[in-house]
Amino acid sequence: MLSRTADNLYWLSRYVERADCLARILDVSQRLAYTPVTYGGSTNEWGSAVLTAGVADLFTERYGPLEEAKEEQVVSFLAFEAENPSSIRNCFEVARTNARSVRTALTSEMWEVINTAWIELRNFPNRALTRDELSRFLAFVKETSLRFDGATFRTMLRNDAYWFSRCGAQLERSDNTARILDVKYHVLLPEKEHVGGPLDYFQWASILRSVSALTAFHWVYRDSVKPWLVADLLILNRQMPRSLAACYDNLARNLDDIASAYGRQGPSQRLARSMLARLTNRNIEDIFQTGLHEFISGFISDNNKLGAEIKEQYLT
Amino acid sequence: MRQAFDEMSSTDGHVRPAYETLKQWLGGVPQDVLNHRRKEAEYIFRRIGITFAVYGEQNAQERLIPFDIVPRILTKDEWGRLSTGLEQRVKALNMYIRDVYSKREILKAGIVPEDLVYKNPAFRPEMNGQRVPHDLYVHIAGIDIVRTDPDTFYVLEDNARTPSGVSYMLENREIMLRLFPELFSMHKVAPVENYADDLLATLRSLSPQSGHEPNVVILTPGIYNSAYYEHSFLADKLGVDLVEGRDLFVKDGIVFMRTTEGPKRVDVIYRRLDDDFLDPLAFRPDSVLGVPGLMSAYQAGNVTLTNAVGTGVADDKAVYSYMPDIIRFYLGEEPLLPNVPTWRCREADHLKYVLEHLPELVVKEVHGSGGYGMLVGPTADKAQIEKFREKLIADPANFIAQPTLALSTCPTLVEKGIAPRHVDLRPFILSGSDKVRIVPGGLTRVAMKEGSLVVNSSQGGGTKDTWVLDA
Amino acid sequence: MRVRIRHEITQRFEPGSRNLSVTVRLTPRSHEGQFIQRWTLDLDSDCRLHPQEDAFGNICHAFSVEGPTDHVTVVAEGEVETFDTTGIVRGSVEPFPPALYMRETTLTHPVASLIAFADAAVKGVPEDPLTRLHALMVRAHETLTEVDPTGSTMPLSAEAVLEAKSACAGGIAHVFIGAARHLGIPARHISGYLALDDEGAARHWAEAYVPKIGWIAFDPGRNVCATENYVRLAVGLDAFGVAPMRSTGFECRESVCAEDGRTPPRMAQAQSQGQN
Repeated sequence: MLSRTADNLYWLSRYVERADCLARILDVSQRLAYTPVTYGGSTNEWGSAVLTAGVADLFTERYGPLEEAKEEQVVSFLAFEAENPSSIRNCFEVARTNARSVRTALTSEMWEVINTAWIELRNFPNRALTRDELSRFLAFVKETSLRFDGATFRTMLRNDAYWFSRCGAQLERSDNTARILDVKYHVLLPEKEHVGGPLDYFQWASILRSVSALTAFHWVYRDSVKPWLVADLLILNRQMPRSLAACYDNLARNLDDIASAYGRQGPSQRLARSMLARLTNRNIEDIFQTGLHEFISGFISDNNKLGAEIKEQYLT
Repeated sequence: MRQAFDEMSSTDGHVRPAYETLKQWLGGVPQDVLNHRRKEAEYIFRRIGITFAVYGEQNAQERLIPFDIVPRILTKDEWGRLSTGLEQRVKALNMYIRDVYSKREILKAGIVPEDLVYKNPAFRPEMNGQRVPHDLYVHIAGIDIVRTDPDTFYVLEDNARTPSGVSYMLENREIMLRLFPELFSMHKVAPVENYADDLLATLRSLSPQSGHEPNVVILTPGIYNSAYYEHSFLADKLGVDLVEGRDLFVKDGIVFMRTTEGPKRVDVIYRRLDDDFLDPLAFRPDSVLGVPGLMSAYQAGNVTLTNAVGTGVADDKAVYSYMPDIIRFYLGEEPLLPNVPTWRCREADHLKYVLEHLPELVVKEVHGSGGYGMLVGPTADKAQIEKFREKLIADPANFIAQPTLALSTCPTLVEKGIAPRHVDLRPFILSGSDKVRIVPGGLTRVAMKEGSLVVNSSQGGGTKDTWVLDA
Repeated sequence: MRVRIRHEITQRFEPGSRNLSVTVRLTPRSHEGQFIQRWTLDLDSDCRLHPQEDAFGNICHAFSVEGPTDHVTVVAEGEVETFDTTGIVRGSVEPFPPALYMRETTLTHPVASLIAFADAAVKGVPEDPLTRLHALMVRAHETLTEVDPTGSTMPLSAEAVLEAKSACAGGIAHVFIGAARHLGIPARHISGYLALDDEGAARHWAEAYVPKIGWIAFDPGRNVCATENYVRLAVGLDAFGVAPMRSTGFECRESVCAEDGRTPPRMAQAQSQGQN
């Protein structure tokens, strides 16, 4: 297929995934911000939302220090502002532009999800939303990504177009999970005070919520929420679709599918497999011992590297 | 202007046979049901994104073309006459272009004036002496037809560059089938959905080399082009890649596209990009939409461009006025489809007549399109006419004039119910190396405003499904 | 006269550029006024050169450079024997009748100032085209100052030249050509070389068609008809059509040496550079 088509499909999925992650981050921040401080709520939850979204520099430039970030600013910045290239609105704009350029590679179901979302986005006012409106907006964003994934899964031919699209989604998803962990890693560290106190419980639960894994946690571990189990679930547990291991499971498989269809392997296949091996052969104690923070930073940078390799090998 | 010919009913209220069933059906369906179906159609169009861009309108980047749910009906006989005439016309167009870029016999014979060719901006000196596969230049033509009475179909305009609108023809039928299956069960409507197959077969037949399955692509200027929807629609229906200039490159006289598996050779390019932008090394140097070196590959005979470069030399409105003579010259036949009588303002006596009769005439720019830059005398006010008169005197060669035709009307759903509105017809004619293919019908454009004769989508015109009855 | 020529052109690209397409018009053809004794084209990169004849009868080469690279350099070199024909060009390859050279182009568009210029130049001059062409040449030479080509390798449009009142030889040629066409005389743009005793350089001039005589070369910048000091390289409707190198790069450097072939070579090099 055309390199540009593959590139568009890949980014289309990345942007839909990114919008979904942003919606979850906003959801959780809102919930935490309304939780009394004594129950783990915090005053700078909004700042850490910006940090997790990876747009801290742009935000400070516009609104000043993160510690003083206000709800309206953050919601508007992450959800709607045109100046933020990764705002949800922009994600949908770019996704649709990409989709329009590769309409022939999409099924009509996929196109309709993106196009309808883009049309509906205009129904949300371009001003500060009431809490009700924001909740409805976030639900709409999450539903769009669910529908898009569903349409992709149910209607697309299983060929290179599908694999590139999945690669984009998985790469973006693992990046987002890693960034949530990166921003919140300190609440998972064992030396943290009040281990097991209510304060931590809310923090841990909020991490799980931000990847929709609170219920999954209980099913998997049949235990109360414990920091190392939270880390285990999000990093190493392959049953958990947003864990780094699960993402790389899929990435490695999709890249291998591409390689076998084209009859040629390349650097991106090798890198994906070696990262998968790293996630498979480690256990969580190990990771805590060598440093959770170091592990996650290393992962984020390798994940970016894989993105660059895919681009070089296929998308230009 | 006299009462226009209505395709459904004669002035005494008598319904023509082809429309009998439809008329009866329309009479039995309440207006709000029709309105509801129209809204449904609009919703579907918007959802699948059948939009077009209007140049010069910043905030209306994508608009819907109004769709009218009342079909236009042509009988098998009428279509038979039309399609023979169209085939004749396109054959002559191809022979004319070939001649203009080789021996120029028609100029030597004094039938078409030299300067109409040499000074024509659409004439491409680069094409001189260039052989094109099978001597075909206009592989996809859109010939605009208007009707004034039961027996007279005029050719209004030839589109020999990159005629658009075929996606509407196909989508209109799809929507009608979805919304009104019962109507189709009452009529024997000739299908149009084989257009995509016909187009692909035509494009493949034009490949410069035999021996392998030709790689056909559609070249688009990109998503901001007004007809982008159509480009992607066609690529989808044909199952070929939709490429932009940056997806292609030329190496040693061969065109390649960049793919995830490395470079892949391209044989036939159905380009929806004007000549000017095709190759910055041959034409406009500032074009970023084209492919550097494309013309050298084309001249080396390694790739087919569809339509050929320089076909515009046959489709401006001044050349149009010579078409009957062009047909006689090359084919030795009388034209089967007449031209609208045309005054060429470049000729002094014609100009004099036109200036004296401006309020009755339609005056058009020779190179204009889309309904821009024209004067419709009967609907223009005094000031507009005087302003146009100045333009006309300043540069007469740039204009032609035609009588204001009473374009036929068809029943159309408007706010007040079903009312007659003026229509034209654009059939699409495909010329391959093996044969000419025309799907029955074409795109009917309708002026939605009462009394309006301007059917162009950029001026608020809509479209209709066009039915050719098979019996 | 024997003229020895060396013409080097380098076009710059973004570093790492791949699959570049380039077209050059750097090969002169013989006619009654000039005979090409020896001519070679050299490239600094490995590629195949395809000679083609363009629509106007020029020899051009289209080639592709695989890269990655940040520049393409072409060197044309050779010797041409020239004869004085009092500016009359005979025996050239003519794919088109003169009427084609009545076409309007962007660079020679008959704007109001150009029309006024042409009408003023021939005011009171007899209808005879040859006399009118000479009058045009004199007028262009008198009202427009020739300057060395700097800043831009593409000469200005006739309109811009008339406004600036000065231009390089190619710009002045645009005025002459546009004016001649306005007066109903077919005219065209010529690229080539001018070898004088003290200097030699690339040059642009014009040719106009006079019935019964044929094409005549006018150099309005110098107010002469072409002599044996002129070597004719390419013909086109305006400077675009005769551009020695066309590609998608962003900067073009040229160095040209044209000199009397009977003298020992000297190192005179005219430099020009600019945006392309």
